[in-house]
Amino acid sequence: MAANTGTQSAEDIDSKDILRILEKHTEDRGGLIAILEEIQAEYGYLPEKSLRIISDKTGRPLVDVYSIATFYRSFSLKPRGKHLIYACLGTACHVRGAPRVVEELKHQLGIEAGETTPDKEFTLETVNCLGACALGPVVVIDGHYFSKVRKSRISQLLEQARNGFGTLEIGKDKRIFPLNVNCPHCNHSLNDDTYDIDGHPSIRVTISSGRKQGWLRLSCLYGSYNFASEFDVSIDSVVSFLCPHCGVLFPSTSDCSVCAAPMVRMLVDGGGILQICSRRGCKNHILDLV
Amino acid sequence: MITLKINGLDVSVEKGSTLLEAARFLGFPIPTLCYMDGLSPYGACRLCVVEIGEGAKAKLVSSCTYPSEEGLKVRTASSRVLRARRMILELLLASCPQSKIIQDLAAAHGIRRQRFKQEYEDCILCGLCVRMCEEQMMGKAIGFRGRGENRSIGTPFDIKSDVCRLCGGCMYVCPACQLRCTYNEPEKAICGACANLSPPCVEKEQFNDMMCYMDPCVACEIKKDK
Ligand code: FES
Ligand code: FES
Repeated sequence: MAANTGTQSAEDIDSKDILRILEKHTEDRGGLIAILEEIQAEYGYLPEKSLRIISDKTGRPLVDVYSIATFYRSFSLKPRGKHLIYACLGTACHVRGAPRVVEELKHQLGIEAGETTPDKEFTLETVNCLGACALGPVVVIDGHYFSKVRKSRISQLLEQARNGFGTLEIGKDKRIFPLNVNCPHCNHSLNDDTYDIDGHPSIRVTISSGRKQGWLRLSCLYGSYNFASEFDVSIDSVVSFLCPHCGVLFPSTSDCSVCAAPMVRMLVDGGGILQICSRRGCKNHILDLV
Repeated sequence: MITLKINGLDVSVEKGSTLLEAARFLGFPIPTLCYMDGLSPYGACRLCVVEIGEGAKAKLVSSCTYPSEEGLKVRTASSRVLRARRMILELLLASCPQSKIIQDLAAAHGIRRQRFKQEYEDCILCGLCVRMCEEQMMGKAIGFRGRGENRSIGTPFDIKSDVCRLCGGCMYVCPACQLRCTYNEPEKAICGACANLSPPCVEKEQFNDMMCYMDPCVACEIKKDK
């Protein structure tokens, strides 16, 4: 999640910023959602003024813009807090006790779902399935997944969110350690004993870029960026990641906070989620262990 | 011309006409709620259902939006249609028991009991007002907002719209309330005449040829009395 989320107040809205966004989407009528998405990414919400400017400049009636902005759950017309909490209330998470987790979140933050704390620190939203049902109850804070969340863990999570997850301590001192990674779809292990990188079995995935498809082997050492691939991928291009076993595209639920390419999600054996940026050359990654 | 069978009768109708138009032209009554001449059909209330096709393939469609097709077999009052209509009316009546139009329709279809909890909604989301505003009054002041159970009709941001000319067309066509009066909350109100006490038409001189549906208009009446 970008650091500037929701930190700007209504006064700072610069119509120039909005006009700049609008300029990028002049060709087609269908660009409205893309425009709204960009404005939301910029300000963390959709300020009233921005909707009026969109309506002015694109010649679409304000009601239409407004009805689209209120239709989708991902758009918010109210400023949101610095930290965005998504608590899953989908079926799988529900039966595993998500309602209690949500109750606890509401209680500790003193707000209802959909609201923002008065100090503008947290916004709590409930969602209906984040696609990680086996790990439920799932809570996502600022793009970090937390699985099998219990009531007792909430205060610690909120504390961590306040301090920023950048300083999250991963397994004591060992900054570099091997990971076993599974496909989120078929749960097959992606670690490949037949090909070592850094002296450990590599993580094998299939990548496709344009017409080309081939394997990519990543070091399984967390903290190492060594890899080998079947064909050369030019720096800065975005590739799709597929499972070599079931052939399904790895899901992506968030965008890279550095370069805005989709983050690719894999499961860590033993519980946890690893997300890596799909852009060649971008080293952004997020690891959430249970 | 298209030839089709309505209630067993071979008929031919203009190409491009809907089943509702065809049936009405030929004198088969079909009740409607969200349909109005001069507005584009929207298919929200489902009251105009008819049965098309035969045997296992027969299905219910909303006649106001279904175009006439060559050789189609249509039944406008089969028992299945009547059952569906009665259910729809019973549900509409539960959500809006105070509406005269819905009460009349329910009575005409022989609904004698009310099995569902009465909600006293003031909107059934038929969209007549939205279409009236856009298509006849060229306004686009009101529209749908939100979705699912939070869907509602109103102005953007719930404040008086800049493009609203206070013509009152939306209230004129509303089947749920017939003149929805929001009393003295002029900010949110569409009419607000009782709080403003100045005729909407005078204030907006640039629209002196506008149609006004505010009849009787509180503001005009007061001015006349003076
Ligand atoms: S139900 Fe919570 S992730 Fe699917
Ligand atoms: S009149 Fe056809 S659906 Fe309402």
